Amino acid sequence: MHAAIIVFPGSNCDRDLAVAFESAGFRVSMVWHKDTGLPEDVDIVGVPGGFSFGDYLRCGAIAAQSPICRAVIAHASRGGYVLGVCNGFQVLTETGILPGALLRNARLKYICKTVGLRVETPDSAFTAGYGRGEVIDIPIAHHDGNYFADADTLAQLRAEDRIAFTYTDNPNGSTGDIAGILSANRRVLGMMPHPERAADAAHGGTEGAALFRALAGVLTPA
Amino acid sequence: MQARVHVMLKAGVLDPQGEAVRHALGAMGFDGVKGVRQGKVIDLELAEGSTEADVRRMCEKLLANTVIESFTIEMA
Repeated sequence: MHAAIIVFPGSNCDRDLAVAFESAGFRVSMVWHKDTGLPEDVDIVGVPGGFSFGDYLRCGAIAAQSPICRAVIAHASRGGYVLGVCNGFQVLTETGILPGALLRNARLKYICKTVGLRVETPDSAFTAGYGRGEVIDIPIAHHDGNYFADADTLAQLRAEDRIAFTYTDNPNGSTGDIAGILSANRRVLGMMPHPERAADAAHGGTEGAALFRALAGVLTPA
Repeated sequence: MQARVHVMLKAGVLDPQGEAVRHALGAMGFDGVKGVRQGKVIDLELAEGSTEADVRRMCEKLLANTVIESFTIEMA
């Protein structure tokens, strides 16, 4: 199993994400934003948290135009797996791989704390290790995590069971308490909370590790 | 030649920064401010012969996120 982690100038969760994948048994390659291609045998692309390009213009907007993102879009459109966390989720919405956008938090504060997440669907390679409705504790750390989508998009996400996680106590004004969503083929997950920051006992919580273990279970060659 | 692009959050998209400014104005005693929306102005210095259609493509691809933002272009 091979995970590629994209590194932008300003990414700061890239190594944490790499460790979480490695702990679940993945081989990890770090891929610089100016690279034009992904490693050939890559099973999943991780788009990490951080402040790519200083959040200039809009969070994730400049990263979404980087050379590697064309390869990530091609990987996703071929049915490849992609996990975008925090700024990675913002990048995925800016590329159009995932619908909607992330707005400034409703109360304007940068929020860094552990929150309760409800698993809305176990029906994906990312969430198969959890039960439907299970509540897990995962840290958030963002200023622009207020998910927005128009009414038609929201209705579609709900009808297709593509809301992966919701907040138990909405911290940021996110529409429908949404914390993470899946692509139509369920192989791309974007989420604001950081499962890689709750993947080792030293983190103070390990409830994010099941996400990486579930991915490993699905992507292990038969 | 130059172009000025105004980028605003669409109507119906919450603008918490504008709301904070509205509250601050009220607290300072400026009565009667019913709403504040905050946006961006982007000035572009362009090669001669650039067209509004060129700027429109820049807006659609990068300068605005049309999921949440609308834009207007002034060519000068």
